[in-house]
Amino acid sequence: MSISPIERVAEATPRSVVRRVKGLSDRAVAWIFVAPTIALLLAINIFPLIWTVWLSFTNFRVNRPNREAEFVGSRNYERILTDSDIWGTMQATAHFVFWTIVFQVLIGFTLAYLINKKFRGSDLWTTVIVLPMMLSPAVVGNFWTFLYQPQIGLFNYVIGFLTGADPSGFSMIGEVALAPWAIVIVDTWMWTPFVMLICLAGLRSIPESIYEAAECDRASKWRQFWTITIPMVLPFLMLAVLFRGIENFKMFDLVVQLTGGGPGSTTELTSINLKREAFEKWNTGFASAYAVILFVTIFGLASIYVKALNKVKER
Amino acid sequence: MSFSVTEPSGRQKLFAGFLVIFYAAVTIMPLAWIIATGFKTPSDAIAYPPKVVFDPTLEGYVNLFTTRTRASTETLEQLGEPQTWYDSIVRKYDMVIVGPSRYGERFLNSIIIGFGSTFLSVFLGTIAAYAFSRFKVPLKDDLMFFILSTRMMPPVAVAIPIFLMYRHMGLNDTHLGMILLYTAVNLSLSVWLLKGFIDEIPVEYEEAALIDGYTRFQAFYKVVLPQAATGIASTAIFCLIFAWNEYAFAVLLTSGTAQTAPPFIPTIIGVGGQDWPAVAAGATLFLVPVMVFTILLRKHLLRGITFGAVRK
Repeated sequence: MSISPIERVAEATPRSVVRRVKGLSDRAVAWIFVAPTIALLLAINIFPLIWTVWLSFTNFRVNRPNREAEFVGSRNYERILTDSDIWGTMQATAHFVFWTIVFQVLIGFTLAYLINKKFRGSDLWTTVIVLPMMLSPAVVGNFWTFLYQPQIGLFNYVIGFLTGADPSGFSMIGEVALAPWAIVIVDTWMWTPFVMLICLAGLRSIPESIYEAAECDRASKWRQFWTITIPMVLPFLMLAVLFRGIENFKMFDLVVQLTGGGPGSTTELTSINLKREAFEKWNTGFASAYAVILFVTIFGLASIYVKALNKVKER
Repeated sequence: MSFSVTEPSGRQKLFAGFLVIFYAAVTIMPLAWIIATGFKTPSDAIAYPPKVVFDPTLEGYVNLFTTRTRASTETLEQLGEPQTWYDSIVRKYDMVIVGPSRYGERFLNSIIIGFGSTFLSVFLGTIAAYAFSRFKVPLKDDLMFFILSTRMMPPVAVAIPIFLMYRHMGLNDTHLGMILLYTAVNLSLSVWLLKGFIDEIPVEYEEAALIDGYTRFQAFYKVVLPQAATGIASTAIFCLIFAWNEYAFAVLLTSGTAQTAPPFIPTIIGVGGQDWPAVAAGATLFLVPVMVFTILLRKHLLRGITFGAVRK
């Protein structure tokens, strides 16, 4: 019986090669598995980003598609960097980011520290505390406008009840001096649990033996707190600050529903301002330059911060 | 209980418990208020001082799901007795139901887009994470960082070109367009999270399977997938919660057909402003799934919100 040349080749081929042909090489599998993700991210993240960069050098307007876009060089960027209104929104954003981080870190860490005492029912209460951060920020923002109503809102009522002042005398979201704090309060209410959870992970990662050794050395509880607890939790805390910082830098939904940027432009954060330029005034080129500046700022600050974070981790 | 010098004393626990429960009570108040308002009448909702005790009614829910119109006395007499309980609620205000509201549609859109994008991002995320975890992918670290950095982009900043691109491709205000968009946003989370879970599955299992004559694909879905099931499930829930709650893209890129519930709920208007019981009812229904998932998810919560950067 004669065998065909193909069968002869097959017989001479080592098993491993047969398996690869039957399966696919690891390298091919790796490519097939990674490619769709990369393709989708290129299409929906990178391509639009490059497009934004291109638009930022033009005077294109989305609502006038027939008009040819002109290349205007760096004019959009110059206008943004010299616009005092935009500096105002940047300050409002910085204020918002700074104070939300301060409050969330202080309250979040304290809560984590207390929960770590593992009292009875601590898991249940942790779940209760975590609920606000799972809600839709826009819906939360909208509902807080109701809670903040001067005449009928729960917030003013409780403040009035606690202080004895006339609660209808002020509106958290209607007054220039109070509105920036109104958004800080809601964001803190919503996101403190996030910082708390990360701190909790930090606290639980500290080996008990370190405290035992400190106890043998007769270190005071206070000393233990500052030389063991804080340094060990610090990397976690910094991570929480990174995530909250990025999120609040690009904050949009919660605040847009809560105050819409007002009164005046006291709570007009950069994302809200940008949305106005892009989707109300239709200054597409200008808004694109704005978007690029915003993204570069976030990306730059985050990169510097991550370097610092890695140094703390290595210590 | 084993003896330990670091175990907090009973008094410390009591003190800690008291403070935490106090905070939990304060923090839950706005949420409880939303749920309670959904069962109030519009006048009870805006009563002062705020009503803690009230007669619960389903008026808010009826208003949420229906469109109503004021009817003249003759029309009301012609119609006779209300046929259903929701008719009778509306009749109290001399109104008749003329049709459903758009809330049902919006809720359905949330479900389609939420589950669609979750399925897709978990599917793509799982295979990519597997490749990153097991193979030598060129530029692995750079690619991983690139994937993470896509999360830093403010939605408002990329909305313009996506809007232009989608208009060009006919994807504007379509379910598919929103599913692809949310999938892209969630991929960073899903790849990072799943890589962490798959890293923890010993490679030996697959090696054994390969020696038994399995192909890579077979080893992947017969050995690795079952082991990663809990990780995949919790990743899915995180992706779903994001897509469920997303607002910025939804409000900028959709106007009708594919709009989800978050941009819709704040637009529920009654007589002279927002119909707060209806808004609250809409919000309550919308939070129920998320609350259920949160309770189911307690153990994995931490990993999900930190991209797995923190191990619990």
